[in-house]
Amino acid sequence: MAHFTKATSVKDWLNQRLAIETVERVMASEYWIPKNINFLWAMGMVLAITFALLLVSGIFLLMYYQPDVKDAFYSVNYTIMRDVDYGWLWRHIHGVAASVVFLIIYIHMFTGIYYGSYKKGREMIWISGMLLFVAFSAEAFTGYMLPWGQMSYWAGMVITNIFALGDLHLDGLVEWIRGDYVPAQAFLTRFFMLHVVLIPLAIIGLIGLHFAALRIPHVNNQDGEEIDFDAEAKKYLAGDTAGSKVIRFANDFMSKDMMVVGFFLIFFFYLVFFNYGFALDPVNFDPADGLKTPAHIYPEWYFLWSYEILRPFSVNIGLLAFGFAQVIFVLLPWLDRSPNAVPASRRGVFKIWFWVLLADMIVLTAMGKLPPEGIFSTIGLVAALGFILLWVALPFITMNEKKV
Amino acid sequence: MGKAFGAVAGVGAVGSLVAMKKTWDPLPSVKAAGFTTLDMSIYPEGEVITEKWRGKPIFVLKKTAAMIAKQTEEQKARDVVVGDSHFMLAIGLCTHLGCIPAYIPAEESFLCACHGGMFNWAGEVTKVPPPRGFDIPPFKIDGMKVILGEAGPEYQKMKDSGVTL
Repeated sequence: MAHFTKATSVKDWLNQRLAIETVERVMASEYWIPKNINFLWAMGMVLAITFALLLVSGIFLLMYYQPDVKDAFYSVNYTIMRDVDYGWLWRHIHGVAASVVFLIIYIHMFTGIYYGSYKKGREMIWISGMLLFVAFSAEAFTGYMLPWGQMSYWAGMVITNIFALGDLHLDGLVEWIRGDYVPAQAFLTRFFMLHVVLIPLAIIGLIGLHFAALRIPHVNNQDGEEIDFDAEAKKYLAGDTAGSKVIRFANDFMSKDMMVVGFFLIFFFYLVFFNYGFALDPVNFDPADGLKTPAHIYPEWYFLWSYEILRPFSVNIGLLAFGFAQVIFVLLPWLDRSPNAVPASRRGVFKIWFWVLLADMIVLTAMGKLPPEGIFSTIGLVAALGFILLWVALPFITMNEKKV
Repeated sequence: MGKAFGAVAGVGAVGSLVAMKKTWDPLPSVKAAGFTTLDMSIYPEGEVITEKWRGKPIFVLKKTAAMIAKQTEEQKARDVVVGDSHFMLAIGLCTHLGCIPAYIPAEESFLCACHGGMFNWAGEVTKVPPPRGFDIPPFKIDGMKVILGEAGPEYQKMKDSGVTL
């Protein structure tokens, strides 16, 4: 049995029972962050804050939302938007944050790719991050169903039909997922459950894993330099704070992190108050109608690139290409055969590969929004084939890379 | 000890998975509501009328004399004959991912807005991505009535010959 003494202060009382000083040291004051980083290293904290905004605004929306096919549309567009004081605020925060969170996720992802932050012991950070991307995608999709407008219904119809897997004709599986022949009450209630309980729990768990995966390899730096964190920490603690290559996570690094978060929040609330329209599709302001497809169906902007990979092909090939696009990023640490964990700018052909991939995904995104006709179909097809070729070529490009 | 514990826990895990799977199944009330009766004598010629069966749109097109005259063997195999009228009867969902294609009378074709697939007046696919023509719902002919959701001999023949899934 542990030995407890009479506490001299509240802090001492807690310290004896929870070891808060040790926790603080391990998690904050002696968790070392390299000095050689830039504002892109703050995206993780920006994401954490955005997730917190989604969680809080979601809790308030949850108090008035009705997961019922008859009432859902009106509970969102009438009750929350007009009856509830400041209901519009929670909805706009929720909608804008759901869109912006993907922008930051993509920046965070491409920062990782550019600086090689998925290599040399950082593979689990990359994998847990990609799992978070999948979980956030599922969260976005299930949430999109809830207002039960035309886009909700038809997105639900089209996406659940993907599970029939083309010529495998797994219609039974699709009906099982929906709980009906078409998206209806059972579908809405179970997607509501997924959106407010199961997937958020998974996301919170994965965020824990993502942070834990970071603790041992530490964050990367701008030059991909391998830092001896123990030696640098010793130097710092011995008083040579200027000569050491690291700083404390808190409060030193956090103060810089939160400055970037501050700029982000100015931009974010500008969108919430003055420019929220982009996050609320006008078509979704028509109540769901199973007998009328909207003239032009497209997903939210953050899914457009993978949607465009599905679209130009016949159904089976399209599904294979789509499946490829969904999983291929996860395999990046193994498809990149080069031992160099340095920025793309110093990696020769990989630098070109990186910028071409980014440009290709922007082209796919633009084409995904346009109607599937004429020249747009052709550009989309070329960009989709380009995406697949880029990933197939990656191992060969990186295999012959010279050691930096 | 570990094996015994594992076996008991395993049985429990399988049991709960079965319960979870069954809980997600369509409810009996959903399955029971899966029948619709159509009176085929009321449809005008050459117009696409949309009916509803199991929440899905059903296209009914009473073919014009010109359409009947130019039917190929494949198109005849999809033909639903009630009395002396010929119909294109189909689930009005694109066989690609389930959007509802719109009928363009001038072209006698259906165009899907989602991914650009096209179907002709007989329900055959004329432009990918859809992998096959419109699916035909299970139907049973009863005088001038058609019952959707029940498989009659005419439907069974279409299914056996691979005209529909």
